[in-house]
Amino acid sequence: MENSYKERLRGLGKYGLFIAFFAICLTLTFLAPTFLTVQNLMIIVTQVSINALLAFGVTFVIITGGIDLSVGSIVAVTGIAAATFAHPDTYPVIVPIGMGLLAGLAFGAFNGFIITRSKVPPFIVTLGTMTVGRGLALILSKGRPISNLSDSFNFIGGGKILGVPTLILILIVTFIICSVILRKTVLGRYMYAVGGNEQAARASGIQLSTVKMVVYALSGGLAALAGILLTSRITTGQPNAGAGFELDAIAAAIIGGTSTSGGTGTMTGTLLGALLIGVISNGLDLLNVTSYYQQVVMGVIIIGAVVLDSLNQSTR
Amino acid sequence: MQANQDYILQVRGLTKTFSGVKALDNVQLAVRRGEVHALMGENGAGKSTLMKILIGLETPDSGEIRFEGEDLTTGHVRDVMKKGISMIHQEMLLVPELTVAQNIFLGREKNGKLFSWLNDRNLNHQAAELLKQMGVNIAPDTPMKRLSVAQMQMVEIAKAISNDAKVIIMDEPTSALSDKEVATLFGIIKDLTAKGVAIIYISHKMDEIFAISDTITVLRDGTYIGTKPAAELDIDTLITMMVGRKIESLFPSSKTERGNEVLSVKNLSRQGEFEDISFSAYAGEVLGIAGLMGAGRTEIARTIYGLDKPDSGDIYVQGERIDIKSPQEAIERGIGYVSEDRKKLGFIPRLSVRQNITLSSLRQHAKGGLLQAKSELAAAQTVIADLKIKAASPNQSVVYLSGGNQQKVVIGKVLLSSPSLVILDEPTRGIDIGAKAEIYKLINQLKEKGIAVILISSELPELLGLSDRILVLAKGKLTATLSTDEATQETIMRYAMQP
Repeated sequence: MENSYKERLRGLGKYGLFIAFFAICLTLTFLAPTFLTVQNLMIIVTQVSINALLAFGVTFVIITGGIDLSVGSIVAVTGIAAATFAHPDTYPVIVPIGMGLLAGLAFGAFNGFIITRSKVPPFIVTLGTMTVGRGLALILSKGRPISNLSDSFNFIGGGKILGVPTLILILIVTFIICSVILRKTVLGRYMYAVGGNEQAARASGIQLSTVKMVVYALSGGLAALAGILLTSRITTGQPNAGAGFELDAIAAAIIGGTSTSGGTGTMTGTLLGALLIGVISNGLDLLNVTSYYQQVVMGVIIIGAVVLDSLNQSTR
Repeated sequence: MQANQDYILQVRGLTKTFSGVKALDNVQLAVRRGEVHALMGENGAGKSTLMKILIGLETPDSGEIRFEGEDLTTGHVRDVMKKGISMIHQEMLLVPELTVAQNIFLGREKNGKLFSWLNDRNLNHQAAELLKQMGVNIAPDTPMKRLSVAQMQMVEIAKAISNDAKVIIMDEPTSALSDKEVATLFGIIKDLTAKGVAIIYISHKMDEIFAISDTITVLRDGTYIGTKPAAELDIDTLITMMVGRKIESLFPSSKTERGNEVLSVKNLSRQGEFEDISFSAYAGEVLGIAGLMGAGRTEIARTIYGLDKPDSGDIYVQGERIDIKSPQEAIERGIGYVSEDRKKLGFIPRLSVRQNITLSSLRQHAKGGLLQAKSELAAAQTVIADLKIKAASPNQSVVYLSGGNQQKVVIGKVLLSSPSLVILDEPTRGIDIGAKAEIYKLINQLKEKGIAVILISSELPELLGLSDRILVLAKGKLTATLSTDEATQETIMRYAMQP
């Protein structure tokens, strides 16, 4: 009897997020007539997409038992790197994109390098590189926004293809790729193994340092993608862009069921977590709740998600 | 070293030091093809370190490892596995979040190439085949965390043999297995050795060692003692080799006068754990508590020590009825508890020997809230000397000590809070015979000092050898109180099996 109760609790943990998400959407549909319109839903997904991309990268990292606080700063550095090469009539659009992605991958690989070579915890290392990154963005841009970007660059994050915002299309494609990496490749399996039991992973012949390097580089690369898209969308490279984004990204992963102790988590969960954050802030906007209250609500939801997760853990 | 074709694995002059302590000193080992080679030694003798070096988890300071004539000294885990050495880890190194099949093949999917596709259906199929061959009934897609400990151990075994290894190291492979599963494992070992696979077998269970091994190598305190064919050894000689001295008598007799009643428990009950328990413990007496797993022994100890609350019943200490709400109150009342789970409730791994020993009595060494380092160190040193704790220094971290010495640290901590009652819950679990003898001596010393000792143990010889009276529990109920004259292994078991 006790067993079936535990089973039920576990089940609730598994589908709790779906249930919560649809319950909130349903409630908002009744309370705010404009909520369930194609236009509003597109607004939500567009607003969510930058955070979701960051959250995908952070999910990889948290699954291996690490954390990445530097993604917000990577958004700024890579945005500046891209904007520098994106003025009209200079380089083809592939150059700013390539420079941005390269900068992000390098930044992430650097995180991974320090974390695997030193025994300093990822929290500290990425806290440090977060500050370094912000400084780099200010140095590279001389503290000023970089505007006057080419139309083709501005199209990447601000355009529409067949009426669908490019941001949404990129989000969908990235989501699929990240899911496949996690579920269908050896790399993904090793991420779960490293986070689930590092000693067992090592004893099974897995090179911990390689897996971690790749994971932090991936996180950096996804942050770069977010940085490029954000710069393109606001048509300016902002050295202060992305401040605090890391916390929203971590929140999305955690609400989505990624355990901070490592070893569990899915991309679907993280996407749902990011969407939940977006839907709630959009809904509260539509209901004319001030942003002060929105922050309180968001905090309560994050803690609630972790409590649910720990309940889940203790019923094992 | 002469390359001898008979030997698949030859180790010579291996030395390894951990933070100043020599774990291995000039150790050698030579394993033949197709033999079961038992590696024996007390905890802390260096067996685990040697095995970790063999599979590439640790690098030796110096020495030579030859595998099939090739140098293996600087091997990495994956190279070693590829060459054909695999290991069944005592700690069961498995990933709880992954499935059985995923765990079995972990690290070897597509040769571990990071950017390649997984084929879980294929893995499940292979795993199912393997488990079927082993005669084990576990679905390959079950998540690891749903398995029982015995099932996990079988998966760990499957993982090791799935590698087509030429040498398989088995570190305490039967600790969680039932007799039937042990028989299955021994059958598997027979098949493997018939194919020329060599097994390095580590176990504390003497009957297993003599049942299965061809050759025995003994280590002691990190040094090589000797290698002999199993047929030329008997248990006594082997123990002497392991311990370095003859253990004259494990249980020296100790006669003391029974003193005052220290603890009295009346009609104590806790739902689902134990029911209507009444007994007394006296100064200068060892009160043994016997019972099968789940009989409620540990639960009663936890309740007396304030870790759990009783549903009903009374506890009297020195004749006064008290309500113990926390371990802190229990300690203040003079009750000490040495838990069966050393690692969880016994010591704090990050802290040093000194810090662990003084943890419960730290206030005695503080003035105005400030710690008095000298007095703390003096107290710790006294305990280290009294209990003969083997540590490089009082500031050494407890994790580097052997199981027996860790246990002494925990007992030392309890003694420093000057208890009048000490509850020892499985005090010799997982520690070797030499350290056991010392713990037994210590128990007698406590009793002679006039401390009331409650000894919970699953090892009947230990209970019979040390106790003055023995309580027997069965399914949460007290079924007998036996005097030393009445108590035998048979009578205890009879009462322990009662409904």
